[in-house]
Amino acid sequence: MSKTLNVLLAGFGGQGILFAGKTIAYSGLMDNKEISWLPSYGPEMRGGTCNCSVVISEESIGSPLVTQPDVLIAMNLPSLDKFVDAVVPGGTILVDSSMISKKVERTDVNVYYIDATKIADERGLKGCAIIILVGKMFKEVGFCTKEALDKGIQKVIPAKKAAMLGLNQEALKIGMES
Amino acid sequence: MAEKVLMKGNEALAEAAIQCGCKHYFGYPITPQTEIAAYMSKRLPKEGGVFLQAESEVAAINMVLGATAAGVRSMTSSSSPGVSLKSEGVSYIAGSDLPALIINVQRGGPGLGGIQPSQSDYWQATKALGHGDFQMFVLAPSTIQEMVDFVPLAFEVGEKYRVPSMILSDGMLGQMMEPVEFPEKKDTAIAEKPWATNGHQNKRPKNIVNSLYIEPEVLENLVKERYERYEKIKAEEQRAEEFMTEDAEIVIVAFGASSRVARSAIKTAREEGIKVGMVRPITLWPFPEKAIEKTIPTAKKYLCVEMNMGQMVDDVRLVVNGRKPVEFFGRTGGVIPTPAEVLDQIRALAGKEM
Repeated sequence: MSKTLNVLLAGFGGQGILFAGKTIAYSGLMDNKEISWLPSYGPEMRGGTCNCSVVISEESIGSPLVTQPDVLIAMNLPSLDKFVDAVVPGGTILVDSSMISKKVERTDVNVYYIDATKIADERGLKGCAIIILVGKMFKEVGFCTKEALDKGIQKVIPAKKAAMLGLNQEALKIGMES
Repeated sequence: MAEKVLMKGNEALAEAAIQCGCKHYFGYPITPQTEIAAYMSKRLPKEGGVFLQAESEVAAINMVLGATAAGVRSMTSSSSPGVSLKSEGVSYIAGSDLPALIINVQRGGPGLGGIQPSQSDYWQATKALGHGDFQMFVLAPSTIQEMVDFVPLAFEVGEKYRVPSMILSDGMLGQMMEPVEFPEKKDTAIAEKPWATNGHQNKRPKNIVNSLYIEPEVLENLVKERYERYEKIKAEEQRAEEFMTEDAEIVIVAFGASSRVARSAIKTAREEGIKVGMVRPITLWPFPEKAIEKTIPTAKKYLCVEMNMGQMVDDVRLVVNGRKPVEFFGRTGGVIPTPAEVLDQIRALAGKEM
C-alpha cells in the first residue's frame, strides 16, 4: 500500500455503504493509521444514491473528500457510471455483479466482479453483500493487517447488535476466499 | 492517554461540551448540525443537565442568554440560516457582556441555500452577527480533534473577557469522522462570575443583566469599555498555525475545511520544488495579524483559499496592506475545492513570477 489509500464506496441507501466505510476506517485505525470517513448526507440518502469517502494514510489527511479513488466499490449501476472514470489508472474497482450486469470498459484498472448480493442471500447473510466486497478488497489491496481487520469489524458493531458480528465475519471470509 | 475513537465532528463537539461542564443546551434541528442536538438530547439528561429543543432558533438563543446570565455554561448550535435567526439574541448577549457558546456548522447560502459544506458565513461571524458595535471570539477548527479541543477554549476565553464565542465549523467537519482523543477528565475551573443573576440572598447588591441604555453618553462609555477588552483579546488571543512558512514565497491563507485541501496541495507543490506554505488562522476574530506579518519578509505573493466568493481575503489584504499582491481562489455553494484545483493555482502563481 502506498502512503495514502483513497476509497470510495457507492450504491443505494440501505446497502450498508456507510457501515462498510466505517469497517474499513476502523480497521485502518487499529493499525494506527490516519483515517477519515466522510458520508454523503441529505435527501439523496433516502432511497437515492449514497456514497462514502474513506482515506487511510501514513500521514495527516488533507481533504477527506475522495475525488480520485484508488479503490471504488460499486453497488449499483448509477454509482458505477458516475465514478468509473474517476478511478486512478492502476486503481481497483470492485463490482457487485448481482446488481450491475455491465462490464467496465477501461483496461487500465483492476476490476473484480463478485456476485455479492446473490451469494449473501443464498448464505443467509442478507444485507452483508458489501462486506463480502470489503473482504475481497482486503485480499486484493491489503488496506490493513488481518489482525486489524478482525478488530475493526468488532469495533464497528455495537454491543447491542452483537448477533450481527458472526454474519459479518462470515461475509468477510467469503470475500477473502473469492 | 485515552483511547482514540472514531467520531463524527458534530458528536465529538457535543461530547467535549458536556465534558467541560456545559450542562445547558438549547437548540433547534437543521442539517448539517442536527447530530449536536441529537447527541445532547441523549446525554445531557443523564448528566443532570438540561436539553431543550426550543420552538425556534430565536427562542433557543434567548434561553442561552437567560442561562448564561444565571452563571452557567450554556450553548446553542445551528447551521447558517438558523444562525442568522439567532443574530438578535447574540447582539443582546454581547450588549449584556455575557459569555455564551454559539456553534455554526456552515452550509451554502444565502437564503436557505443548500446543505453542503461552505465557509460563506465568515463575514457574518467576524464582522456582524447582529446589530451594534460588537465582536465575538471566533475559532475555526480544521480537524475533529480541534472540534473537541476548541470547546473548552471558547468557553474559557468567552468567560475571561465576558464576550460571546463562536466555533465556526462547516458541514464537512460536522459530518466526517476522524480518530479523536478526549482529554483526561479534570475538574474544570470555571471562572468566578460575580455578575451572575443567581440570587443575592440579601448578602450582596442585586445584579442586573441588561442591554438597554437610554443615555447616549452612558452607552458610549460602556461600548468604549467593551472595546478596551476587545483590544486585549486582539493582543493576547490571536492563534494561527504556520505550515512550511519559513522560506515560503507563496503564502496560502486558509482556515477550516479549505485549509485541509490547501495542505494537500502544498505538500505536492513542495515535491515539485515550489516554495509554498500556509498560515492557517485558528482564531478568525481576533484575526491572526501577527502570524501573517511574520511571513511578509519571504512572501512574494499571497493566495487566500476559501469556500466562498472571497471574504477572509479582505482581512488578509488589510494586514498585507498593499505590500504584496493577494490573490483569491474559492468554490462556493457547497462545492469543496479539490487539492488539484488549488495546486493549479499554486503552479500558476509560481510560473507567473518565479
